[in-house]
Amino acid sequence: MIRMSESTQSGAGAADARSDRGADRGNVERVLAGDQDAFGLLVERHSRTLFRLAYRMTGNEQDAEEVVQDAFLRAYRKMDRFESRAHFGTWLYRIAVNCALDRMRKRRTEDAHRELPSARADDHTASANRLDSHAADSPAPDRLVLSAEIGARVTLALQTLSPAERVAFVMRHWEGRGIDEISQVLALRASATKNTVFRAVQKLRRALEPLITRDLMDSSPTARAMGATPGSET
Amino acid sequence: MKEIEKKKHLNEEQMIAYRFGEEKDRSGMQAHLADCPECSAQFAALERVLSLLDTPSVPQRDEHYGQRVWRQIAPRLPQRRASTWQFWSARAFPHSWAIAGAMAVLVIAAYVAGRLTPPHRGHSTPGPKQVRERILIVAVGDHLDRSEMVLVELSNAVPNPSNGQSVDISSEQRRAEDLLDDNRLYRQTALESGDATLASVLEELERVLLDVAHSPDRPTPAQFKKIRQRIESQGILFKVRVTGSEMRQREKSAIQAPQENPKVRKGNHT
Repeated sequence: MIRMSESTQSGAGAADARSDRGADRGNVERVLAGDQDAFGLLVERHSRTLFRLAYRMTGNEQDAEEVVQDAFLRAYRKMDRFESRAHFGTWLYRIAVNCALDRMRKRRTEDAHRELPSARADDHTASANRLDSHAADSPAPDRLVLSAEIGARVTLALQTLSPAERVAFVMRHWEGRGIDEISQVLALRASATKNTVFRAVQKLRRALEPLITRDLMDSSPTARAMGATPGSET
Repeated sequence: MKEIEKKKHLNEEQMIAYRFGEEKDRSGMQAHLADCPECSAQFAALERVLSLLDTPSVPQRDEHYGQRVWRQIAPRLPQRRASTWQFWSARAFPHSWAIAGAMAVLVIAAYVAGRLTPPHRGHSTPGPKQVRERILIVAVGDHLDRSEMVLVELSNAVPNPSNGQSVDISSEQRRAEDLLDDNRLYRQTALESGDATLASVLEELERVLLDVAHSPDRPTPAQFKKIRQRIESQGILFKVRVTGSEMRQREKSAIQAPQENPKVRKGNHT
């Protein structure tokens, strides 16, 4: 099942999309003619879409904000290379994906410098344990706690992906982009890109499947009555 | 997978491929999932995991977010120097994108046609074809010179001991990004004109430039070593140098050719 990207979904129709493209094209021309304010209009139009993408890629607001700014600055510098036949939004999207990829790699390198890999793994386990004990201490029927826990677990699971795996997964699952487009961004062959998506899903599945089992058991009346949290041994 | 046997269970890879619409035998998979309770349960578990991933929602940004981003980046934008032609053409020709595109296609087509057409020895003055070819030779030569400089700088970069021996390659990275677009265009043109040697060198160069452009701007010593190894193992620097000097040679020949032609003509007459 291929999802449509949210930017496409939110469009009010093909006519609007065409008019948006026309407006983008006009603004690009004005930028190339030296009108910097026209670039401001492009920034205003595309910032929110880029932020959503950057947040999904990086997983935190600060990095996402920086990716958005980097992407626009890079786009401005490369504006004379923009091919007139292309859609500005698509071109900008690719620049943003590359900026996010760079940011994730940089972050990973910084993290690797800051802490030993074993310490990092310990930290992840500790976070998971903290979440487990938090859930266990909380009243069993409190779905909010469970939901917050799921959110935190998902965030942790996504952090275990390599930058390429995360890009491939975000583009395929959330953005509904095709394998060819992802291959171009990652400079990989289609088969290698499919493998990258596969590896990402496999990792996420390993990390999150215990939660599903627990969620199902938690919701059973017997488990609630006993105040047990089955699956917390994971 | 031509036909899925009823008894053989689907593996994880097949299920994921099916989930993302990449499995060719979709109807076979569908039938199997309907028939096999085990696979069906496994697939449902996969679906549940994927649905969990929608739990952490993306923080919302209000409608003024774009304006805030603009205020933050506007002071950091480099000054663009628009040529007078660009300034007036943007106003005078509302469809200049189409015109520019058509012109680019014409130039490339003319170049390709020029490469495929046998040379006429009788002309003493360079025709538009030769002029265009000369311009392209000069452009590719310049491009190779600029690429060579980036590769040399990367090869000679010194790690910074005060910063964990990391190397700041952000400037080379920006230049590599800029070079990539040109490289693609020249490689395409070389391919179309049947210049396989040049196309192959440009292809190798493109891979290295891509590597550089996609690396972190401050790679770790290990990452930087990999970039260097990539440059050295393929001998790309040497190939770029040789091809660059070949281009300069071709450029010289192209300049001399019109002067030599009258002699050739004279020789033909005697």
